[in-house]
Amino acid sequence: MGKSARGFGVDSIGRRDGFDEMTGTGGDLRQPYARLQDWVQAMPVELRSLKQAEAEALFRRIGITFAVYGEGGDPDRLIPFDMFPRVFSAAEWARLERGIKQRARALNAFLVDVYGRGEIVRAGRIPSRLVYRNEAYEKEVAGFVPPKGVYSHIVGIDIVRTGPDRFHVLEDNCRTPSGVSYMLESREIMMRMFPDLFRENRIEPVDNYSEVLRRTLASVAPLKCDGDPNVVILTPGHYNSAYYEHSLLADLMGVDLVEGQDLFVEGEYVYARTTEGPKRVDVIYRRIDDAFLDPLCFRPDSMVGVPGLMDVYRSGGVSICSAPGAGVADDKAVYTYVPEMVRFYLGEEPLLENVQTWQCGKAEDLAYVLDRLPELVVKEVHGSGGYGMLVGPKASREEVERFRALLTADPGNYIAQPTLALSTVPTFVEEGVAPRHVDLRPYCLVGERIELVPGGLTRVALKEGSLVVNSSQGGGVKDTWVLAE
Amino acid sequence: MLSRTAENLYWIARYMERADTAARLLEVGSRISLIPTAHGYRSEWDSLLQATGMAAGFAAKYGDPVQRNLESWLFFDRDNPSSVASCITAARENGRIVRTALTTQVWDALNTAFQELKQLEREERSRLDLSRLTDWVMRHAAMLRGAIDATLLRNDGFNFLNIGYYLERGDNTARLLDVKYYVLLPRVEFVGSGLDNYQWTTLLRAMGAHRAFHWAYGGEVTAAKIAHFLILNPQSPRSLITCVGGIANHLARIAKAYGRETPVQARAGDMLAGLEGETVERVFEEGLHEYLTRFIGEAAALGHAVHEAYFSGEMR
Amino acid sequence: MLLHVDHVTTYRYEAPVRSAVQSHRLTPSLCEGQRVLDWEVTVTGGTPGAGFRDGAGDFVQGWTVAGPVSEIAVTVRGRVETRDTAGVLRGLRESVPPEAYLRETPATALDRGLRDLALSVQAADRLDLCHQLAGAVAGAIAYAPGATHAHTTAAEALALAEGVCQDHAHALIACARAQDIPARYVSGYLFADAEGAAQEAAHAWAELHVPGLGWVGFDPANRCCPDARYIRLGSGFDAQAAAPIRGIARGPAGREALDVRVAVLTGEQ
Repeated sequence: MGKSARGFGVDSIGRRDGFDEMTGTGGDLRQPYARLQDWVQAMPVELRSLKQAEAEALFRRIGITFAVYGEGGDPDRLIPFDMFPRVFSAAEWARLERGIKQRARALNAFLVDVYGRGEIVRAGRIPSRLVYRNEAYEKEVAGFVPPKGVYSHIVGIDIVRTGPDRFHVLEDNCRTPSGVSYMLESREIMMRMFPDLFRENRIEPVDNYSEVLRRTLASVAPLKCDGDPNVVILTPGHYNSAYYEHSLLADLMGVDLVEGQDLFVEGEYVYARTTEGPKRVDVIYRRIDDAFLDPLCFRPDSMVGVPGLMDVYRSGGVSICSAPGAGVADDKAVYTYVPEMVRFYLGEEPLLENVQTWQCGKAEDLAYVLDRLPELVVKEVHGSGGYGMLVGPKASREEVERFRALLTADPGNYIAQPTLALSTVPTFVEEGVAPRHVDLRPYCLVGERIELVPGGLTRVALKEGSLVVNSSQGGGVKDTWVLAE
Repeated sequence: MLSRTAENLYWIARYMERADTAARLLEVGSRISLIPTAHGYRSEWDSLLQATGMAAGFAAKYGDPVQRNLESWLFFDRDNPSSVASCITAARENGRIVRTALTTQVWDALNTAFQELKQLEREERSRLDLSRLTDWVMRHAAMLRGAIDATLLRNDGFNFLNIGYYLERGDNTARLLDVKYYVLLPRVEFVGSGLDNYQWTTLLRAMGAHRAFHWAYGGEVTAAKIAHFLILNPQSPRSLITCVGGIANHLARIAKAYGRETPVQARAGDMLAGLEGETVERVFEEGLHEYLTRFIGEAAALGHAVHEAYFSGEMR
Repeated sequence: MLLHVDHVTTYRYEAPVRSAVQSHRLTPSLCEGQRVLDWEVTVTGGTPGAGFRDGAGDFVQGWTVAGPVSEIAVTVRGRVETRDTAGVLRGLRESVPPEAYLRETPATALDRGLRDLALSVQAADRLDLCHQLAGAVAGAIAYAPGATHAHTTAAEALALAEGVCQDHAHALIACARAQDIPARYVSGYLFADAEGAAQEAAHAWAELHVPGLGWVGFDPANRCCPDARYIRLGSGFDAQAAAPIRGIARGPAGREALDVRVAVLTGEQ
C-alpha cells in the first residue's frame, strides 16, 4: 500500500539501508510501534496539517525557544517539532537505564578522583595530560569534595542507535545540559493534541522530572544547611537563549530564578535579595559557565556572577550544581576513556558502547585518519553544535582537503570516528512520512540517589539523509516514549 | 519574593502608565497647537517637552518642533526612553523576565500590545492618524490594568504592581498640571482668560477627566477647582491624593503580610496626611509650581525609599 | 630569623560604596622554614567568611563589608620565624598536581621574545636549567619601578626590558612553561635589609617544579632563591590569581584610591 488519500502506508516508512526503529532492517513492524501504525494510517492528510499547525501555535504561545548547550544561534527561533513519537519498549529502556546510570556514576567517580588523589592517572589508565592540562580542569576546586561526592548532578548523555540492541554514546554532558524543557513541553503538547494515543499506549510519564530534580538538588545541600534547603536557579539573564528553560524549571520546581545581581555574599553564606530582606541560599543550580561564576576567583570581568561565591562554596556554605570543574569529564578527548572509568571505579563492564574514536594527537591514529578521511567523521575536541565538523561521506572533495590541512596543522585538536548508520524513526515530511535519523539525550539526575526519568530529548535530522541533528542545522525534536511493562 | 521580581512588576506598571501619559501628552499638545496663542506653536510644544524632561533629547535629534517629528518622538522613537514604543517594549520585557509571576491573561495583554506595536511600526506613517494612535495606547493600558485586576493573585507582587501604577500616575499628573500652569502661562494676567479656559479644558480632556470634572464641580472652570480636582479630590482617579492614598494602602498591605513596617510606610503616611490637611488656598499661597515641584521631589524620594526597603534586598 | 610584618592596605572611595567583598591569601603558608608566632588580619567593618585551605595549600579567607563605607583598611600584623630552605618548598599540603601549572594565562602568554629568551639557555639538569632561566630573566628585565603597571604582561615587560618583581615572575613563569617546566606565581613578603639590597617588601617571585625536589622558588628580581628573609603567602597561575587581596566593591561608580604600607622588620621586639 502506498501513499493514499486517507493516510500513509507502512512501506513508505520502511527503509532498507539501516535500522529503522519502526520497521527494523527487514521492514517488519516492530512491536513498540504497533499502535502507531494504525494511528498514522488512520490520520487524514488534512488532520495532520491541522495538528501540525496546532502544535506550532502551542509552542509559539508558550514562547519556548531553545538552544542545546553551545549551539548558539537566534534565541527567538522555534525548533521544529515532529509529531511522530519515538518509542522504546520497557525492556529496551531498562537496558538503557542501567547503562546510563552506570556511566553517570563512573563520570562522578572520575571527577571526585581527579580533584582528589588522581588514582586513575597514577594507575596509568588515562594520560595525565588529558586531565590536568585540560582547560576544564579547575585547580580552584582541587582537594574539595562537594556534598555527597557529586560533581555532575544532571548528566546529559547523547546516545545513538545502530541496531535493535546496539546503542552508542556519542558524547557526555556533565556541566549544564539543556533541552529538558523540550522533553517536558513535547509531552504536554502531544497529550493535549492526541489524548487517544495516551489511552491506547501505556506510556511512562515524564512530568515528575521537576520534582525529582528538586529532590536531587535539595539532597546535595551543604552540611551547614539546617532545615529545608533553599534551592535557586542561577541564569545569565533573560537574553540567554535557554532562558525559557530556566524559567520553566524554576516555575515547575517552585524555586526562585535568580541572576547574579540577585545574590550576594555576606560572612559565611550566600543570600538572595528579597522584599523581606536577605534570604539564605543553600543550593544553586547554575546555568552559567564556570568562568563567569565569581569575578574574585575566575574571570574578573564577569558581570553575571556572584563575587565571593567560590570562597563560600569551598568553605561549605553553599552547593553549586554542577560543581565548578565538572567539565573535565566531558570533553571529546576524555570521552574515549569513559569505558575505562567504568571498569576502574565500578569494576563493571560498560553497558553502553562508545563510538570508536581515533585521537588525532597520536601519530598512528593520525596516519590512519588521514588515510581514510572520506569515510570518517572528524570533530574538534572542544567544539560542539555540529560546527567545525567533517562528515566524510557527505563532504565535498574540497571540504575533505580543507580538513586534511587542519588536521595536519593541529592534530591534537581533533578526534575522528567512523560514520555510524544512525537509526531512523518515521517522521512527518512534506510528502508524507519518511525515515529520518535521530539521537537521544536522556537526563540522569545524581544526588543522594541516582534517578532517570523514562524519556529524554529525541532530536531528529529533518533533512533527508542528514546525520546532523543539531537544531542550528536543520534538526527538530520528537516526543520520546517509554512504554510501561 | 525575589527583590528583582518585585522590581520588574513595579516597572511593568510604571512603564505602561508612562506610555499612557506619553499618548495623552501627544493629544494635549496637538489640540493646544490647533488654536492660535500668544506664544506661538513652537513654544507650546517646547513647554510640554520640557515638563516631561524630554526637551533636550528632542532638540538634539530633530531641532524644531514639527508636528510629525513630535509624533515620532513621543510615539515611535526608541531614542526617547519615555516614548510609547520604548515604554511598551520595556514593560513587555519586564513581563517576559517575570513571566511565571504573571497570569496568562496579564502576559497576553502585555504581549499583544507589543506585537501590535510592531505592526504599527511597519505601517506607513501617513496612514496612522494621531487619535487612532492615542486611542490604541489607552485601550491597551486599560486592558492590562483589567487583566491585572481580574486575574492576579492579591499577593505582594500585586501590591508592588499597584505601587508602580500609583507612583507613576501621581508623578505624571503633577507634571501635566505643572506644564499647564507654569510653563504655558507664565504671565499672571492670562489666568482666567478665555484662552486659559480652553487650555484647562484640553488638559482635563487629556486626563480623561473632562466629564468627571463637570459632574463633580459644575459651573465655570477655574484654576482653583482644577487644582482641587487634580490634587486634593479623593474621587478623582488621577489626583495626587488618590495616588498617594493608593501607595499608602498597598504599602500597608505589604507591611501586614510581611509582619513588619519599614521607613517607607511612615513616609507614605506623612505624605498622605499632608495632602488630607491641605487646602487649595494654601497651595496657591505656596505657589502651584512650587507645590508641584515639591510633590514631584517627594514622590521620587518615596520611590527611592521603596527601592531601599524592598528592591535592594538588603533591608534587615 | 624573626620577621615582623606590618602591612596596611587602604581603599578609599570617592563615593561611598554599598558593600565590598574580598578574598584574601594573607596567611603564611604552612611549610618548612616558616613558623607563625602570631598573625592577625583585620578588615575595618568587615565580617569574615569561613576560611579554608585550597588545593594549592593556601589559606583563603573571604571578607564582606556592609556599606555604605568610603574607606576600607586591611591590616596584617604578625611575627614569623623563618629558616633558609635554599628555596625548596617542603611540607606544604597540596592536591593540585604540578602538571596543572603548565597552563598559559594572558599575563604569562608566550611571544617570540619570551620563547627566544627561554630557548637561549641550556642545561643538562632541570634544576640547573631553572637557575639559568631565572638568570636570563633577571638579565633581560632591569628593575625599574613605574615602568610597568598591574596589567603589564610578561611579553610587554620583556619588550620594555624594564619592570618590577611581578614582571620578573611572569616572565620566568612564561619561559619555564615554554621549556615544559610547571611554574607558578608566588606572593609574599621580603625583609629589606639595611643595605637596601632587596627592593620590595610586598614581594612576588616564581616557583618552578623540579622532579625529585618539588617546587623551588626563584626570585629573578633579587637574583636569588627565597631564603630566611622571605615569607610565603600563596600561589597561582599569575599575579592576578595569586593576589593577596582580590576584591570588588558594589556601586556607585566613583574614583577609587589605593594606599599600601608595608614594613617587614627583624629582631626581638
